[in-house]
Amino acid sequence: MAQAQAQGHVHGDHHHSVKRYTGIMDWLTTVDHKKIGILYLLAGGFFFGIGGIEAILIRLQLIKPMNNFVSAQVFNELITMHGTTMIFLGVMPIIFALMNAVIPLQIGARDVAFPFLNSLGFWTFLFGGILLNLSWVMGGAPDAGWTAYTPLSSEYSNSHGVDFYTIGLQIAGLGTLIGGINFLVTIITMRAPGMSYMRMPMFTWASFITSAMILFAFPAITVGLVLLSFDRILGANFFDVAAGGNPVLWQHIFWIFGHPEVYILILPAFGIISEVIPTFARKRLFGYSSMVFATILIAFLGFMVWAHHMFTTGLGPVANALFSIATMLIAVPTGIKIFNWLFTMWGGQITFTSSNLFAIGFIPTFVMGGVTGVMLASAPADYQYHDTYFVVAHFHYVIVGGLVFGLLSGLHYWWPKMFGRMLSEPIGKWTFWTFCIGFHLTFFVQHFLGLLGMQRRIVSYLPHQNFDTMNLISTIGALLMGVGILLFLYNIVVTSMKPMNAAADAWEDGRTLEWSIPSPPPEYNFKQTPLVRGIDAFWKEKMAGNKAMTPAEPVGSIHMPSPSILPFVMSLGLFIAGLGFMFSREDFSNSFMSFIFNNYLVLIIGLMITFGAMITRSLIDDPGYHIEPEEQEEEVRA
Amino acid sequence: MMKRWQALKRLLPLLAMFSLLLSGCGREDLSVLNPQGPVADGQLGLIKLSISIMILVVIVVFAIAAYVLVKFRRRPGQKEMPVQVEGNHKLEIIWTAIPLLLVIVLAVPTIQQVFASGEDKWKQEGVLQVEVTGHQFWWEFNYPQYDVTTAQELLMPVGREVALQLKTADVLHSFWVPSLAGKTDTNPDGTINHMSFSTEKPGTYIGKCAELCGPSHGYMEFRVKAVEADAFDRWVESTKAPAVLPEDTQLAEKFKTNCLSCHAVGDQGGFTGPNLTGIGSRETVAGILLNDSNGAKGSSPVKDNLVQWLQDPQEVKPNNTMPDPKDLGFTDEEIEQIAEYLANYKLDY
Repeated sequence: MAQAQAQGHVHGDHHHSVKRYTGIMDWLTTVDHKKIGILYLLAGGFFFGIGGIEAILIRLQLIKPMNNFVSAQVFNELITMHGTTMIFLGVMPIIFALMNAVIPLQIGARDVAFPFLNSLGFWTFLFGGILLNLSWVMGGAPDAGWTAYTPLSSEYSNSHGVDFYTIGLQIAGLGTLIGGINFLVTIITMRAPGMSYMRMPMFTWASFITSAMILFAFPAITVGLVLLSFDRILGANFFDVAAGGNPVLWQHIFWIFGHPEVYILILPAFGIISEVIPTFARKRLFGYSSMVFATILIAFLGFMVWAHHMFTTGLGPVANALFSIATMLIAVPTGIKIFNWLFTMWGGQITFTSSNLFAIGFIPTFVMGGVTGVMLASAPADYQYHDTYFVVAHFHYVIVGGLVFGLLSGLHYWWPKMFGRMLSEPIGKWTFWTFCIGFHLTFFVQHFLGLLGMQRRIVSYLPHQNFDTMNLISTIGALLMGVGILLFLYNIVVTSMKPMNAAADAWEDGRTLEWSIPSPPPEYNFKQTPLVRGIDAFWKEKMAGNKAMTPAEPVGSIHMPSPSILPFVMSLGLFIAGLGFMFSREDFSNSFMSFIFNNYLVLIIGLMITFGAMITRSLIDDPGYHIEPEEQEEEVRA
Repeated sequence: MMKRWQALKRLLPLLAMFSLLLSGCGREDLSVLNPQGPVADGQLGLIKLSISIMILVVIVVFAIAAYVLVKFRRRPGQKEMPVQVEGNHKLEIIWTAIPLLLVIVLAVPTIQQVFASGEDKWKQEGVLQVEVTGHQFWWEFNYPQYDVTTAQELLMPVGREVALQLKTADVLHSFWVPSLAGKTDTNPDGTINHMSFSTEKPGTYIGKCAELCGPSHGYMEFRVKAVEADAFDRWVESTKAPAVLPEDTQLAEKFKTNCLSCHAVGDQGGFTGPNLTGIGSRETVAGILLNDSNGAKGSSPVKDNLVQWLQDPQEVKPNNTMPDPKDLGFTDEEIEQIAEYLANYKLDY
């Protein structure tokens, strides 16, 4: 592997040389938020693809009644892995990709608060995701649904599938928690001079609140997964009725995490839409402060409504009534947001770029998902909707029609900033129309399937129940969505072959700080930290006739964090430890394998790798390195 | 003659619309939109109310969106900057207050129904008590007032409230009869649930398991059969009658030692498998193979269904716990005979 020794400059106290890597080592060791953003996008995109293939297989099985395309066991593995992969390994990382690529730029920072942790968060997510997906080739994937309700996921699941689920998600969840904490601290401490909280761009606000939600929600699933893996692997009885446990406890723990998770997913999409719509309407966001407070309110209420997933569990009328009302209340702040977006466009000059098409498409689609959410909130009506295709339709309207539309909008919007190249507009529009039409074909009919009596998670259905035609339409729609995603990939490939010539202010009407620096930005982002003089800081300068931001500091030497392989090593250790723990009770035919696994040797080796890397990190001082003004000039010229 | 034809022609689209509307509401033994009892009726009422409110919201949003998107497109050559509006307090208050009002309109009947349906009717005068137990992948129905147990088909008299106590013997299931009542989960002992429903209309209603419970979750169907009160009494009588065993003594012995170690007929047999008393007069075999007793579409004769099931239970319901009869030493011929015997084991009611 090629390594280049950077010149150590003699400049006051800043005398260190640091290893700077190229090629694959550069990607394994990077702590640069922009590169980590790209890594998140690659890995998230990869898992999104796997989840998408699983979705297509599910739809092919349901294309006609009593189909035999996949077996019942494989079908349950597919639905479990589709949900788990899409939520934890597909869309969450793509959200983190955009947060990494954009947040430091939007707040005028040179990196995140903890660049090393940022890298650690990515690698733990990736190794957790790989571990989970290894289940496909190591004795069967988890099959108890992404909700993993006990006792189906504990006493009644005999393969290692659910172990992969608990351990894999545990490791991946660590990454999410680390990422959330990192962005909280970054946004609190690293804003450029003049950027008060109420001057932060909406995407930054949304990411801030999402990170806070991650901080409170992920510990719940962590506890749940620990309890479940103890039940499964060490013979504990947290969820076993016969031994005094309670399976309903799992449902509470899961949804205390699971419902906030929905808002963790959707709030960043709200943030993206709030950036894209003003840019392409050339008008500032309508009702900025009410948008901020609506977002906070949604996050707060999001923690108060988990039991609406459990109306049929038998919690009693008092709980059902309270959770009904709390859930309905969320409609109010969400409604505020919808109208604010519409009135942002009112009186504006709207251009229909592919990014804006996704943002505009988001509004009606998300409204449809939102209103079915209010319908579901009515507990007695939910006794009918619950666990039917009506619910499947509802949450896909919210997560695909809401979040994925938002992500595609954001990716088209920030692509030039991330990669320095504009995505092809014609292909982008084709992507939008195929994906949007495919989406509605797939999921609109599912509302009716649910009401006509089709329950969720069924491998097949008898003919003559009025299900056949709508399932066929749904499958055709899913294939069309697949075409949309393939077009997007094609767009990426075509674009990557074009010259890197995107302008700094790629859409010409950029309002926030990221558009004031080159596309892609240099590794230190801002040569001089900008001075923020109002909301939509860059727009304000442009309107005042300035071409660039007013700097808040003189040109000087920039301190950068050193790259490090340790986050990768720590995560690899966790991966090995996870496998070791999972198979610690396994009877191997090979006596050597039995010896190392049954005596917890693999677990210990894995943990030693992780702790060793942690000790190394603690003992060896990392002074970082400096980029001097002359070097900055060179980079600009290059 | 001509005139009548023209009138008919005018009526045709109307008829087509009407039949479309009817078929749009789905089967009356299965659809939420076609309720056959007061509980499902009340739930549909809430669904209709919420759908109406939501359609109103959707129309308003879509109309504003359409107007904005048409009116405020950027025109070629448009150079001047749009006015940068910070916000509008009056508008903000309007679109906070109106949704709040709409939520209250929906919340009040919701709470009324939550408390009404949450009432435990188990000990009320005159109800029919049924203990429901979910198993992977079949349903057990026990009538403590009559000391009768049956499986896969819940028989009930019309016009009488049925109060259920629901629990599971293994994993979680959910009891759902869309056209009679919404679903209730079956939890293990300690968290037993209750629900109730009734219907005035005799007929068979399709029930489904609505909580993922394993590979055959989708095939865990059952039936609720509403009959007249005297027919129900006759059914109880004939269910309690002594077991009828196969006439062939050798077959009867084999049936007893193998099948009856789990299943029960009449007063004989075990309890771990579905009760087979009167299986010949049920509408399904194993909940998923439709019998042609009432001419359902896609159905087959009871005996054929029984043969199909006994030939390979795993093929019909993957992962069910019944041993393969062939592994127990049943020949094809014996399977035929057992199927013949069970198909003719009918209850008179």
